[in-house]
Amino acid sequence: MEEKFKLERQTIALRAAKEFQDGDSVNLGIGIPVLCANYIPEGREVLFQSENGILGFGEVTAPGEGDNDYLNASGQTVHTQPGTSCFGHAESFTMIRGGHLDISVMGGFQVSEKGDLANYMVPERKIGVIGGAMDLAYGAKRKIIVMNHITKDGQPRILKKCTYPITTLECVNLIITDIAVIEVTDKGLVLKEIAPGWTPEEVQSLTEPTLIVDPDCHDIELM
Amino acid sequence: MAINKILSSFDEAVADIPDGATIMVGGFGTVASCPSMLMIALDRKGVKNLTTISNTTGFGSDVWKILGYKFAEDMDILVRNGRVKKAIASAPVSAVYENNFEKLLRAGKVELEMVTQGTLAERIRAAKAGLGGVYTPVGVGTVVEEGKEIKTINGKKYLLELALKADFALIKAHKADRWGNLVYRGSSRTFNETMAGAAKVTIAEVDEVVELGELGPEEIVTPAVYVDRVVARPKEYEGEEGEISEEAKASHEKFLKRGSA
Repeated sequence: MEEKFKLERQTIALRAAKEFQDGDSVNLGIGIPVLCANYIPEGREVLFQSENGILGFGEVTAPGEGDNDYLNASGQTVHTQPGTSCFGHAESFTMIRGGHLDISVMGGFQVSEKGDLANYMVPERKIGVIGGAMDLAYGAKRKIIVMNHITKDGQPRILKKCTYPITTLECVNLIITDIAVIEVTDKGLVLKEIAPGWTPEEVQSLTEPTLIVDPDCHDIELM
Repeated sequence: MAINKILSSFDEAVADIPDGATIMVGGFGTVASCPSMLMIALDRKGVKNLTTISNTTGFGSDVWKILGYKFAEDMDILVRNGRVKKAIASAPVSAVYENNFEKLLRAGKVELEMVTQGTLAERIRAAKAGLGGVYTPVGVGTVVEEGKEIKTINGKKYLLELALKADFALIKAHKADRWGNLVYRGSSRTFNETMAGAAKVTIAEVDEVVELGELGPEEIVTPAVYVDRVVARPKEYEGEEGEISEEAKASHEKFLKRGSA
């Protein structure tokens, strides 16, 4: 039997960053999404936005070397670069909710067949952190969710209907997991790419809704 | 008489904040943009039953001291000393550890109204602009819509979110002049700029007070009318004394591993 590979966090981020087109403005969520900043495809210029009020910033600084008045939403100090701008919260969320950002990359707990997203609260904890999740899931033109395909207990995270509290209804465009790339379309979920060593049937067995296998379905593109 | 909004002490700046007041606390979450000295002064004053409007409810000074911040106190000082009755916030608890607000919430000792961050900003801006509220599509079909008016505009559903006004707004800026004009540094505007003018009284804690005229007309971010009082941080300040707790050290380790709070 062929060996099955699962994408690591960094590799999921690398695959997600391939979605960034030249000139895109992109908000990166906490966790795997922030790692995407390290993998901008060559020759493309991308403006990163952070909801605490900064656009077009550079790389995260080395620990202890940054200026504490220049932070990303994860609280890390970042470099400015020519073109970087700063603004307050009302402006930042006008940008986010008004549809001015091209892409939001976020983590997810569950995604439904229709693209509903649940990512702010694990019911067992009883208290969630909404933060800017609903705003970003609503407002960006394209929402890319990066997450593991199944839970630690082996349960699917891609479901017919989310069982966790909803962040935003029908908002997800693309799901990138450790074993698959799935597009949310009007016709249903389309399996576009799979991790090396996996078959579409095996991905389906870990996914609750029926997947439409793209005729061009192939191994996940990383280069 | 010459306008002069500069006060000489933080205690004086918060002296008339009464028990039961509704206060806005500026910042985002990271202590860099938090009015740290105003938090300490308000705690020292000993107010009770506050309703707070802020993005987070604070994480405690220890986690910030580890990161090298001298002005390390955040809203947690009001929470842990039992001064908060109700918090209106978007990210009231931490994903990494249990902050004091979460402990009190689980014990039934504080109330919480959780608001999405963009709606929080918009409700504050509505108060500042004299509006009754705003219609937003964010939150439709989620727990946030419960009990709110839903209006269909051009075939799309919107929620009515009411303006959020406070008695006092406590904010942090970089520089101020005696008129109360403010400028900020970098990404530290956050809720500070949004809250300036959204309360009956706006109090700004600043790094430096400069002569009138030093802040240029194109440079000023918060114009003077929004600000009532200004206090400068002390230049020689070494931070509050005290050992860093084991809990804070453990949460810092998790922060480094996860890359966020």
